[in-house]
Amino acid sequence: MPQERIGVYVCHCGSNIAGTVDVEELTAWAGEALRHRGVVVARDYKFMCSSLGQDLIAKDIKEDALTRVVVAACSPHLHEATFRKACADAGMNPYLCELVSIREQVSWVHTDKAAATAKAKAVISGGVERVIHHAPLEPMSVPINPATLVVGGGIAGIQAAMEIADSGFHVYLVEREPSIGGHMAQFDKTFPTLDCAACILTPKMVSIGSHPHITLLTYSEVEQVDGYVGNFNVTVRKKASYVNSDLCTGCSVCEEKCPKSVIDPVFEAGLGYRKAIYRSFPQAVPKFPVIDADNCIYFDTGKCKACEIHCEAGAIDFEQEDQILELNVGNIILATGYDLFDARRETQYGYGRLANVFTSLEFERLTNAAGPTNGNIVLRDGETTPKSVGIIHCVGSRDRKFNNYCSVICCMQSLKFAHLVKERTGAEVFNFYIDMRTAYKEYDEFYQRVLSEGVHFIRGRVAEVTDVSNTPEEEDKLVIQIEDTRIGRQRRIPVDMVILSAALEPRHDSDEVAHQFGISCSVNGWFIEKHPKLDPVATMTEGIYIAGCAQGPKDIPSTVTQGAAAAARVLGRIQQKEMALEPIRAEVTEALCSGCRICNNLCPYTAIVFDEAKEVSVINAALCQGCGTCVAACPSNAISGTQFSNEQVMAQLHGLLMLNIMEPVVS
Amino acid sequence: MDTSVKYVRGPTTHDRTFLEEVIAQTPVDDPRLAYCVQCGTCGGSCPSGADMDYSPRELFAMIDANMREEVLSSNTPWYCVSCYYCMVRCPQDVHITDVMYTLKRMAVREGFSHESNAKDAPDFSETFIDFVENYGRSFELGLATLYHLRHHPLNAVRMATGMGFDLFRKGRMNLLPTRIENIDQLKAILAEAKAIGGNGDANL
Amino acid sequence: MQTYSYYPGCALERNAAVYHDSLMAVAESLDLTFTEVADWNCCGATEYITIDLIPAYALVGRNLALAAEQNCNGRSLVAPCSACFLNLKKADHYLAQSPELNRKVNQALAAGGLHYEPGSVHVKHLLEIITEDVGFEKVARAVKRPLFGLKIAPYYGCLIVRPVFDGTFDDAEQPTSMDTLMRTIGAEVVDFPAKAQCCGGHMTQISEAVALHLIHQLLKNAVDHGADVIAAICPMCQLNLDAYQDAVNKHYGTNFHIPILYFTQLLGLAFGFGEATMGIGQELVDARPALANIQVKPLKPVKRKRPSKTELPMPPKLQEVRSCLKNE
Repeated sequence: MPQERIGVYVCHCGSNIAGTVDVEELTAWAGEALRHRGVVVARDYKFMCSSLGQDLIAKDIKEDALTRVVVAACSPHLHEATFRKACADAGMNPYLCELVSIREQVSWVHTDKAAATAKAKAVISGGVERVIHHAPLEPMSVPINPATLVVGGGIAGIQAAMEIADSGFHVYLVEREPSIGGHMAQFDKTFPTLDCAACILTPKMVSIGSHPHITLLTYSEVEQVDGYVGNFNVTVRKKASYVNSDLCTGCSVCEEKCPKSVIDPVFEAGLGYRKAIYRSFPQAVPKFPVIDADNCIYFDTGKCKACEIHCEAGAIDFEQEDQILELNVGNIILATGYDLFDARRETQYGYGRLANVFTSLEFERLTNAAGPTNGNIVLRDGETTPKSVGIIHCVGSRDRKFNNYCSVICCMQSLKFAHLVKERTGAEVFNFYIDMRTAYKEYDEFYQRVLSEGVHFIRGRVAEVTDVSNTPEEEDKLVIQIEDTRIGRQRRIPVDMVILSAALEPRHDSDEVAHQFGISCSVNGWFIEKHPKLDPVATMTEGIYIAGCAQGPKDIPSTVTQGAAAAARVLGRIQQKEMALEPIRAEVTEALCSGCRICNNLCPYTAIVFDEAKEVSVINAALCQGCGTCVAACPSNAISGTQFSNEQVMAQLHGLLMLNIMEPVVS
Repeated sequence: MDTSVKYVRGPTTHDRTFLEEVIAQTPVDDPRLAYCVQCGTCGGSCPSGADMDYSPRELFAMIDANMREEVLSSNTPWYCVSCYYCMVRCPQDVHITDVMYTLKRMAVREGFSHESNAKDAPDFSETFIDFVENYGRSFELGLATLYHLRHHPLNAVRMATGMGFDLFRKGRMNLLPTRIENIDQLKAILAEAKAIGGNGDANL
Repeated sequence: MQTYSYYPGCALERNAAVYHDSLMAVAESLDLTFTEVADWNCCGATEYITIDLIPAYALVGRNLALAAEQNCNGRSLVAPCSACFLNLKKADHYLAQSPELNRKVNQALAAGGLHYEPGSVHVKHLLEIITEDVGFEKVARAVKRPLFGLKIAPYYGCLIVRPVFDGTFDDAEQPTSMDTLMRTIGAEVVDFPAKAQCCGGHMTQISEAVALHLIHQLLKNAVDHGADVIAAICPMCQLNLDAYQDAVNKHYGTNFHIPILYFTQLLGLAFGFGEATMGIGQELVDARPALANIQVKPLKPVKRKRPSKTELPMPPKLQEVRSCLKNE
C-alpha cells in the first residue's frame, strides 16, 4: 500500500477541549509520533469548524496533496458533515475524512489534564490508523414517490394531510376508527380561548373528506410496511363495514332502527351508548356508518337485519369482506396519538369503584352538547347537578409508579374544566395541583381568569378520594384527603364529584407500530425523534416522520405545528424528486452466509430479507442505515459494514492501543 | 417506566449535609429522599398527620434546610404508625417510613428524643427491646406494666383492672416471658451488631 | 401435601393463641404442614428499628438464617402476623438491595455462627398461602358448613399489602383476596372501603387519642356497611379493634359491639370445627351472638335495582378486565 499523506487537525473548541487537553502538545505529538504512519501535517486551531478552520484544511489538501484527513474535535453527530463537505470542496472524496471525538469522549469526561492529553493521543492515533483503510465512496440516490401515507386521522394527521394535499401531492390518510377527528372531536371547548372544538375541527374534517388529492381510508389499519424512503410499499387492511359507501346516503335511519345498544368505549369514553351500526358522532367524516359485527344481533343469531330492512338506499351488505390495499408512497407521517391513562390503576382515587369519580375524557363527553347528557354536567345518576367538584391534576403523570413525565396538557385542561363547571353549574370548585404549569401563549392569562372566577386552588397532590366518612358532613360525599401544602395541614374536603386529569400515555400498541415502521420508542414508549431539539419531527429512519402526541404529550397548538412541520419536511423531499443516501451500508458476503437468518429479525430498519432461492440473507441498501447490528450479530462473519470493516475496526484498535508507535514503552 | 435514575453524590467541597447524613443512615442504597418534590402526598395520607408538629413533607424540606435541631426534636417521626400509605403513594418513591425510623434513631442517639410531646415513645421502644434482648421474645404484660408504671401510673391501674384484666382473664396474657434456648447466641449477635453499627450509617 | 416453615411470632404464643390454634387446624384441612422454625426470636416489631439499625436487621437476620438452615428443601416461610411478615420480607429485600447492609448484618450473624444469603428464604403471609398456593377451589372443597348469611368485613390492615415490594400479591389500597376467600366459604362480604386502613399499631401506648380515632373509623365503617363480624389477619389489628372497642365507645359516645375474629377461625367454622375448637369466646367482644346469624341456606341475592334511564354507565372494574385477559 503506498503511503498515504495524512493531515491531522486538532480543534480547541474554545476552552471546551483546550481547557482540559494540552492541544499544542497533542498537535506536536501527532506530527512527530505519527509521521511514520503518513501524517505530513498537524495543526491546531481555536475553532476548526469555523470557515477559517475549514479553509486551513482545504488549503493543505490542495498544497500538500493530502490523501486523508483526521479531525480531532467534537462528536461526528455535530460536525462530520461540515468537515466532509470542506474536504469535498477541496477536491477530496469526503469519505476519506475521519472525525474523532476528543470533546465528548475526552475533555468533557475527564479532569486530569495530563491523562486527558494522553487519551486524546490514543484517540487520534486510532483515527489515523483507521483512515488509512478508508475507501472513497459515492453517495447513492433514490427517486421519491410523490405520494405520502399519513397514519392517524386526529388533528395532527389532518393538518399534515391537508398541507401536503393542498400543495398538489397525493395523500393516503389511514384511520383505525370509523371517522377521523381523533381526541379533539370528543372535546367541547378548547383552552385557553374556549373555542368550540367541533366548530374549528369539523370544517377541516370536511375538507379532508372531499379533497381531490386525499384518499381517506377509515376503519383501516396498516398491516405491513416494506421498501424504503422514496419507495415504500404499504399494505392496508380496510375492515369490512358492511355498508356500501357508493350507495349509503348517510341518512342515519339504520342507527335509529338498530335495536342493539352498546357502551361506546372509544368516542364516548365509556360514558355513553352507541348502536351496533354506528357513526362515532353526527359530524363523522366519512358520513357512512359501520356495523360492529361483534355486537350485531344478525351476526350473532342470523336474525334481525333491521338496518337492511329500513335502508332505502339498499346500502347494507352483510357479505362485505375486509379489503387488502397495496399503497406505494415515498414518505410516511405517523400521527397515531395517545391513549388515556387507565385511572383505575391509581386505586386510591376510586375510579371504577366510586360512581362519581370521572376521568378527564369522560368529563369532556359530559360537557359536550352532543354527548350523553347533552352537555349537562351531572353526577353518574344522569340527573343531579353537583354542588361541589374536585379536580385532581397529575393522575398517572409525574409518578414513578406509572408515568415518569409531565403530561403537559393537564393543568390547562383542569383549568378549563374548573371554568366550565363554574359557568354551567355554579358549583364550588377545587383544583388540586402539585405545581401549576401554564407555560404557553395566553395560558397563564387563562389561569388568572379562572382565579378571578372564584375557583379554589389547593396546592398539594391528593392522597386519596374516599367514601369512608368521619363526620355527618362527609356522609354520602366523596371526601378528598390532602395535605394543603400552603398551610402544612391535612384537610378533608367533601365534594359531590371528582374529575381525574389522567395522564396521556403512548398508544398501547406503540411498540409494535414502531417496529412495523422501523423506528424506535423511548423508555416511556413515545416515538423517538431524530433530535429532540433540532429535528423533532424526523426519525432515525429516512422517510418516516412523526407528529403530535405519538411523539410525546402536547396540546393542540403544538400538535398542529408538528403536523404542519412534518408535512413541510415531506414536501421538501418530494420537491427534490430524488435524494442522496449515506453510502454507509452493511453488505453480505454471500459465500460466507450460512442462511441462519439471525440478522433478519434483528435489523431495526427491516432492511434484511432472505433470498429463498440462494438461501442467503440480502440487505436492501436503500433501507439499511448502517447501524451495524447485523455485522456484530452474524455468527459467520459474513456481513461487513462499509466504513466499519473488520480491517478498519482492528486498525483503529491497533492505533488506540498505540501499537503503531515505534518507541519502546518505558519499563 | 423509567425508575433507573439514581441519586449520585457528585464531587463536593463541602462537609456532609444533614440531608446526606439522613440518606446514609437509611438502610437502602438510595432512599430517594433527595427526590422529594414537596407534593404533600405523604402528609395527606398520614393517619396521624393531624397530630404532627410538621407534616412529613415539611420535615423533608427542613432536613434539606439543615434544621437539625428542629427536625430531631419534632414529634413527627414518633407519630408515624408505620402504615406505609405515604411510601406506596409517594410519586417519587421516597422511602418515607424508613426515613422516619432513621430520624427516630438519630433523635435517640443525639438526645433529642424527649423534646417532643411524643416523649414516651422512645421509652416504649426501649422497654420493648429490653425484653427482646434478655429473653429473645417480647412480653406483652411485662412491657405494658413496666412502661405504664414508668410513664402513666394511672394507666397501669386501668390496665390491671380494665382491659388488661379482661385479656388476662381470657388467658391472653402471659405472667412470665418465654426465653429462647440459644439466648447467648442472640446476645452475641446483637453485641456484635451494636459494635458495627457505630455512627449509624447503613451504607457507608 | 405442601410443607412450609412456620414463624408464629410472639403474639401467637399467648395473646393470639387462638390464631395459632385455628390456623393449625385449618392448615390440616387444606393439606398444609407448618414446621415451626426452632428457637426463633422476636422480629423486633416496629420498636427495635427505632433505636438501633444494624441490631434490628441482625435480629430479623437470625430468624431468616435459622429458617434457611432448617429449611433444607427450599420451602417458603409463612408468617401469620403482618408485622412479622413485613419485617422478615423487608429485611430479606433490603439485604439483597444493599450490599453494605448485608455485609454488616452478616458480620453480626457470624458472631453467633450464622450466615444468611439474601433471597434464600421466600417469606409469605398466611393469607397469601391460602388464597394463592392452596387456591379458592381447594378451600371450597373443604367447606362442610358454609357461613351463609354471616356478613363479614374483611380487614387487611397495612403491612400485608404495604409497602409494595416485588411480588406483593394484592392491591395496596383496595385488596380483594380475603373478600373472595370469605365468599368461598359462603359468607356475605360487605363493602368495607376502610379495609386496608391502619389500626393504630402501637399508638395505643403512645397517643391513645390518635389510636382511638383510627379504631373508631374502622369500626364505624364496618358497622355502617352492616357487618356482623370483622375478619382480621394480624394479631395487632385484632387486639386493637377488640380490646379498645370499649375505650372507643367511651371516647366517642358510641355503642359498637362488633366481634373481631381471625380469618382462620371463620375458615375453621366453615370447615366444620366447633366453636370451642376455634377458640370462639377468647375475644373480648363476644362473637357468639353474631355467629348465630349463620343460616342453613344462602341469603337470596339482593336484586340490584334497574338503573334509571338517565344513569350513565360505570367503567368496568379493573379485576373484571384482568380476569377477561386471563381467559383469553
